[in-house]
Amino acid sequence: MRPGLLLLLGLLVLSQGARAAAQDPRRDGILADYAAAARADDPAFAGFSAERGRAIYLGPHQANADFPACATCHTDDPRRTGQHAKTGRPIEPMAVSANPARFTDAAAVEKRFGRDCRSILGRVCTARDKGDVLTFLISQ
Amino acid sequence: MRGLLLIPLLAITWAMPAGAEGDVELGPVTHAATRKECGACHMAFQPGLLPAASWRQIMSGLARHFGEDASLEPAKAADIEQYLVGHAGQGDGAVLRITEQRWFLREHRHIATTIWARPDIKTRSNCAACHPAAERGVFEDD
Ligand code: HEC
Ligand code: HEC
Ligand code: HEC
Repeated sequence: MRPGLLLLLGLLVLSQGARAAAQDPRRDGILADYAAAARADDPAFAGFSAERGRAIYLGPHQANADFPACATCHTDDPRRTGQHAKTGRPIEPMAVSANPARFTDAAAVEKRFGRDCRSILGRVCTARDKGDVLTFLISQ
Repeated sequence: MRGLLLIPLLAITWAMPAGAEGDVELGPVTHAATRKECGACHMAFQPGLLPAASWRQIMSGLARHFGEDASLEPAKAADIEQYLVGHAGQGDGAVLRITEQRWFLREHRHIATTIWARPDIKTRSNCAACHPAAERGVFEDD
């Protein structure tokens, strides 16, 4: 009973620590900006959805036969290291749990959403799409 | 992974005619914007790998860059172009790819198609898959 309780406490402390490490005010700021933009686009906007984000991430989409999904380069399991499907270059994991530096530079995130959405989805991503994808990747 | 790679590569290295070529050492890319903007999808290629005319052509077509959109704000593109052109190397200015320049084809003529096609290599332009110090601009065998 005692050691079990201690273990539980230890795990609790550890998980709190992990959550704190994954938190970053810059990332929160990026999400808050997307939320404000999504609300401006659609007054009925009711928050981001990791499920919708997962659907965008895994596809498959029809716009680009070479890259049917975000997962084509970023891997089905975003905690793993990806690989650019054409150039072979390794890409650091997308999941925040595996790569705490993710989504902390607003300009870099915006630029990459611009490029990757156009080439994979054949359209720009809305603020809601971007927030959904980030919410999915933060939850992984 | 690297061990696996090294065995066939060593075999190729030994098959190269001895003394056919001097060492090629280009050094790292020293321009921060080039490293960042041109190093996201593949390694940032050293300016000495292409002649000035090829770099100018590449920089004027970034929106349709080998099937991808690599476009940049004009000021940043101009800054990068200046660095690349200012440190450019020799070669055929009508050829856009490093991997289609004559020197490249000559240096790599002994590499079998089955090696190029390996999933960890994928394409000829993935220099770092075979030259572990490629990012530092070192391509000679040690
Ligand atoms: C052709 C390969 C490829 C595909 C497919 C792809 N990406 Fe990317 N993505 C990259 C590369 C390369 C980077 C930049 C390297 C890095 O950030 O590690 C990147 C970076 C990003 C970033 C920036 C992350 C940050 O921390 O700044 C976001 C956001 C992103 N991608 C979203 C997407 C989404 C959404 C999709 C699907 C619609 C997608 N990507 C599909 C190659 C790809
Ligand atoms: C959005 C991703 C992306 C970005 C950003 C990017 N490239 Fe590329 N680049 C590619 C792809 C994809 C290829 C084709 C790779 C292949 O077929 O082996 C390529 C190929 C090249 C090649 C030819 C390689 C060869 O086969 O010899 C050169 C040179 C090159 N890029 C230069 C640049 C420069 C300079 C920049 C910065 C201004 C840049 N790239 C930015 C995606 C990108
Ligand atoms: C499939 C593996 C592979 C890839 C990919 C590859 N090379 Fe090589 N390269 C070799 C081998 C093997 C040699 C011959 C042995 C040696 O001299 O290192 C060689 C030789 C060279 C040489 C001559 C070195 C010397 O000292 O004589 C240069 C320069 C070079 N490669 C540049 C590049 C560049 C630049 C790229 C990417 C655009 C590239 N290579 C991609 C395997 C590769």
